[in-house]
Amino acid sequence: MTDLSGRVALVTGGTRGIGLATVRALAEAGATVVLTGRDEARAKEAASSVGAAAGLALDVTDAKAVSSLVRGVAKEHGKLDIVVANAGIMEDALLGMIREELVDTTLSTNVAGTLHTVQAAARAMMRKKTGSIVVLASIVGEYGSAGQTVYAASKAAVANIARSAAKELGRSGIRVNAVAPGVIETDLTAGLSEDAKAENTGKTPLGRLGRAEDVANAIRFLVSDEASFITGQVLGVDGGLVL
Amino acid sequence: MSVAPKLREVFVEALDLDGDVDVENLKYRDLEAWDSVGHMALVAAIEDEFDVEFDTDQVIDMSSFKVAVDMVTELQAKND
Repeated sequence: MTDLSGRVALVTGGTRGIGLATVRALAEAGATVVLTGRDEARAKEAASSVGAAAGLALDVTDAKAVSSLVRGVAKEHGKLDIVVANAGIMEDALLGMIREELVDTTLSTNVAGTLHTVQAAARAMMRKKTGSIVVLASIVGEYGSAGQTVYAASKAAVANIARSAAKELGRSGIRVNAVAPGVIETDLTAGLSEDAKAENTGKTPLGRLGRAEDVANAIRFLVSDEASFITGQVLGVDGGLVL
Repeated sequence: MSVAPKLREVFVEALDLDGDVDVENLKYRDLEAWDSVGHMALVAAIEDEFDVEFDTDQVIDMSSFKVAVDMVTELQAKND
C-alpha cells in the first residue's frame, strides 16, 4: 500500500468523479488532502464524505484566486507536497457547430486553469525543492475524437503542460506528470448512449469501461515516492483502448 | 523601518548566495542562481517572509533587489 503519511495534497475539481476518487485515494494513503470545487457547499460536503481536511470554493480560471488558495493551503499546513490539477469540463460539438463561447470556456478552464494551478503549485513547492504535480490529460487529447475537437485540443495542451513543466521544474526536485484516462464512467460520460458505451467496451482489450478509482490509483502512484524517477510522462489509463 | 536588511537575508538564503555578493545592486540574471527557476523560489520566499502576495505582473517586473525592496515596501503599506 502506498504510504503518503505526512504529505499535504491539493486536488482541484475534487467534488465528484475522478477528482473525488483521487481525494479518497490520497486520504486513504495517509495524506492530508484539501479539495476544491466551484460550489463551496458541495466542496465542503465532498470533503467531509471522504475524510479530506477541507473543501474550498475555487474557480480555476481566476489566476489570482488560484494563487491565493494554493498559497493559503501551503501556509496553513506548512508545505504543499502534491497537487492534482483535475478541474476540467467536457462538452461535445461537431465541426461547423462549435460556438466561440464553447472554445473560450473549454480553453480557459482546461488549459488556462491547469496552467494557473501548475504555476501556483510550482511556486509553493519551490522553496522545499520537492513536490509532485499531476494534471489530467485524456486519451482524446492524444488520439483525437470525432465531435470532441475542442476538448481534444484542450487536453493535448494539458499533456504538453506536463511535459514542459517537467523539463522546467525537474532540477528543482518537482515532478510533473499527466494521466490520460480512456472512457471512464463518471458524470462527464453519463450522457453517452448505451450503444456508444458498448462500442467502447468492445474496443477495449480489458473488456470494460474504466472506473474513477482506476484513474485515482494511477495518480496515487505517480505522486508517491514509488514514482520518484518518473516525470514528464503521460500515463494512459484506458484498459488498452489505444492498442 | 526599511525592508532592505531582511530582504537581503531572504535573497541570500533563497538564491544560496556567497557572502561576497553585492546583493543591494543585484539584478535578475546577473548570477546563474537568479534565473527563472531561482526567481520563482525567491518570490515564494519573499511572500512567506513578509506575508505579502505578488501578482504575476509584479513577479515579472521584479528585475532587481532595489525593485523588490520598493515592491515589498508598497505591499506592506497597503496591508497596514
